[in-house]
Amino acid sequence: MKNYDKIIFELSQPGRKGYSLPKDNYDTDGLKDIPSDLLREKDAELPEVSELDVVRHYTNLSNKNFGVDTGFYPLGSCTMKYNPKINEELCALPEFTSLHPLQDEESVQGALELYYNLQQMLSELAGLKEFTLNPYAGAHGELTGLMVMKKYHEARGDHKRTKVIVPDSAHGTNPASAMVAGLEVVEVKSKPNGSIDVEDLKPLLDDTVAGIMMTNPNTLGMFETEITEIAKLVHEAGGLLYYDGANLNPLLGKVRPGDMGFDIMHINLHKTFSTPHGGGGPGSGPVGVAEHLVKHLPNPRVVKDEKGKFHITSDNENALGNISAFLGNFGVMMRAYAYILTLGKENIKNVGPLATLNANYIKENLKDDYLLPIEGVCKHEFVFDGLKDKSTEVTTLNVAKRLLDYGFHAPTIYFPLLFHESMMIEPTETESKDTLDQFIEVMHTIAKEAKENPELVKNAPNNTIVRKLDETTAAKNPILTFKALKENEA
Amino acid sequence: MSHKYMPHSEEDIKIMLEKVGVTSIDDLYSDVPSDVILKKEYDIPSCMSEIELRKHFKELADKNTQLVVFGGQGAYDHYSPSVIPHLLSRSEFYTAYTPYQPEISQGTLQYIFEYQSMITELTGMEATNASMYDGATAAAETMFMMVASSRKKNRVLISGTVSDHVRKVVETYTKFHGVDLTVIPEKDGVTDLDALFNELEKGDVAGAMLPTPNKYGIIEDFTGVADKIHAAKGFFAIYADPSSLAVLKTPAEWGADVACGDGQTLGMPLSFGGPYLGFISCNKGMLRKMPGRVVGATKDIDGKRGFVLTLQAREQHIRREKATSNICSNQSLMALYATIYLSLLGDKGLKEVNKLSCDGAHYLYDKLLATGKFHPVFDKPFLKEFVVKTDLDMKKVNAYLLDNGIMGGVILGDGKVEFAVTEKRTKEEIDKLVNLMLEV
Repeated sequence: MKNYDKIIFELSQPGRKGYSLPKDNYDTDGLKDIPSDLLREKDAELPEVSELDVVRHYTNLSNKNFGVDTGFYPLGSCTMKYNPKINEELCALPEFTSLHPLQDEESVQGALELYYNLQQMLSELAGLKEFTLNPYAGAHGELTGLMVMKKYHEARGDHKRTKVIVPDSAHGTNPASAMVAGLEVVEVKSKPNGSIDVEDLKPLLDDTVAGIMMTNPNTLGMFETEITEIAKLVHEAGGLLYYDGANLNPLLGKVRPGDMGFDIMHINLHKTFSTPHGGGGPGSGPVGVAEHLVKHLPNPRVVKDEKGKFHITSDNENALGNISAFLGNFGVMMRAYAYILTLGKENIKNVGPLATLNANYIKENLKDDYLLPIEGVCKHEFVFDGLKDKSTEVTTLNVAKRLLDYGFHAPTIYFPLLFHESMMIEPTETESKDTLDQFIEVMHTIAKEAKENPELVKNAPNNTIVRKLDETTAAKNPILTFKALKENEA
Repeated sequence: MSHKYMPHSEEDIKIMLEKVGVTSIDDLYSDVPSDVILKKEYDIPSCMSEIELRKHFKELADKNTQLVVFGGQGAYDHYSPSVIPHLLSRSEFYTAYTPYQPEISQGTLQYIFEYQSMITELTGMEATNASMYDGATAAAETMFMMVASSRKKNRVLISGTVSDHVRKVVETYTKFHGVDLTVIPEKDGVTDLDALFNELEKGDVAGAMLPTPNKYGIIEDFTGVADKIHAAKGFFAIYADPSSLAVLKTPAEWGADVACGDGQTLGMPLSFGGPYLGFISCNKGMLRKMPGRVVGATKDIDGKRGFVLTLQAREQHIRREKATSNICSNQSLMALYATIYLSLLGDKGLKEVNKLSCDGAHYLYDKLLATGKFHPVFDKPFLKEFVVKTDLDMKKVNAYLLDNGIMGGVILGDGKVEFAVTEKRTKEEIDKLVNLMLEV
């Protein structure tokens, strides 16, 4: 429907319904046994709509959305690769979706086998000893990994180690996760190319340091070439190395975090392993560790006995505790498992190289119009510092919005914070040269428009369903529910 | 190098390498120290075609058993309308990311706004965030939120009747974050309110969390609790099953400042424990300390209604280590799930779901007691889940039930067993359950 602008509550008509339930043929009236002062006084005002109302409404809403299936989605650090359809089919099998998390182990051997196999595959791909699949997201994985780090030092009676070193170019979740884990953040400066300055790092490495959080390649898409030196220094100082797996994609087939000296890492299954981002979630953030840290992984764990039977253990005393009610986002793991098997060892090794090739191809094609602050080969992503020609005063935000007019998703903008006009582009390996060429052409067109007709770019987007939205008023006077909206409109 | 997920032809690669100015793909990794370059093939299985993959999943699926579920403990076998998976499979929804570009993400933003509105209706509070990972992590973050809102206090209380699955996560989070946590003991299956009030009198309590229904399925009476907590200058949090709130007294009606819980009960498949969603609802006073994404209504420059992520000044990408939380996503697709579920069911449907579950649970309870093999433990009101005591060897009983395609009650120890009944269970299934248990 064109210009559809209803909220579901606005479709509500008293007496309409969108469900069917069996007749109540019990002779008991259970609710009567509940004292009335424990019951709700005022009814919840939920919509009363028919099934078709619901179907049309949400279909119309879906038409107001842009996903990877709609078009190119070069959102830096988010690895918006294609989400294979077979994975959606397989994860919906009722033999899995109907399983209660507390069902007897005997009746869930298939689910546990899949879970265990995925743990093993991730360990091999990461070069680490063991994984827990319990964490629900990347940030949740970071938190879990830092808990492992803290627990490790505490278990050794080393209570002084309360600091975690985080580069100033790190993802915002790194310092935030450290804060939640009760660790103090010490920032280490990066060099102009975004790499950690080893000379700046050295004086920070004392006996109060629990570890360092890094991503490699870093947030500028550049490989930290001094990683082995950094690992050596941190380990000598008694600290551990945490690998933020957000940027793992370019390393598939080329480098394993464990081999670089990392002790702990998380993987975003919704990035590197193709599970859908779902409009913000559910994701999955498995955490892998080196051998000396395995005992600290959270409960519960899935293990295999010598007879090949799978078990859930939840009584490991050395574990850091529980970080999820059950075993994590199992439905997401099923998709990642299907993805790894579809690629297999023969193809998964090409993921990183092709993602890297795609990024470099865009970079080399656009650096005449866009300011490339760091020359050289990047990995899966790179950052422009806005348009090269600053005289037009067309900003990164303007370019991003103009891309929407052309039917592309925008890159990640204003991150990393190292530049004023950051524009972080990550194409992933699933995009063809043709798509990249179209994107390159549009980016050139926008650069031309910025010179010839800057107002057009500054006013963008011009042809989206809604145009520039008033975010300031939204934050100043938050309207967060339909009721509040009606009151505000009255 | 060609694969269905990697569309590069040899010719493409050649042209692209030329443009980049290198001769081989390996050259793109020439900056990587050679001692960390992977020199072996991964030790993982070979690639599978779609046919082989389907077969493999079928083999795994055959090793699982679909059961008639009478277990609960935080995951319930509620009915899931057919419409929901159909709408969720619109790839404009599920292949999108967090709505960073609101102009092309109005679909996601609007359903989150609708989700917030519906959960707010159920809890009776003033605002709800865009969703959290699960109920347990939402409970843990609610504790931090109460500490942050109280400023100087660093101790929180949790009732021993909050589900163990939730409490364990709260214990982990508070231990690492450095927040003192005191577990209030239970008495006769409910929170020992005298013990709670004694703790409050110590004066250092930022907030207290109590459940409805609790881990035994009991609906606790919180009369007077809000006043006592507020008199002690603390915040009152209720951990609630959102489905039950169509009939049970709401957190707002109990005088709570914040409500949290798990949305699985809103028709979500059991999925072996996830994905579900967690929610946090609060009153406006605590809004700026609430973790997670929040969507607000606004207008575009043409005056057209639209939605945006808002109150982002609380979040990690701006505040880094000073953020209210490290969370930088939500369970968006599960929020859509809950939204469609609540749209279809409405208040009437949700009430029917509760009545059917409640009637079934009471039918089973009465039937179990009538056998003489099961005995009451707590004489307290319950909705869809309850605890009974038995001398039967429940391990044996449950094994026998399993052979007959049934997941029996969850064994709690000391001869206690917990059963849950949802609207999906029939009278016949309940009769069969009881008869089979007596056969052992």
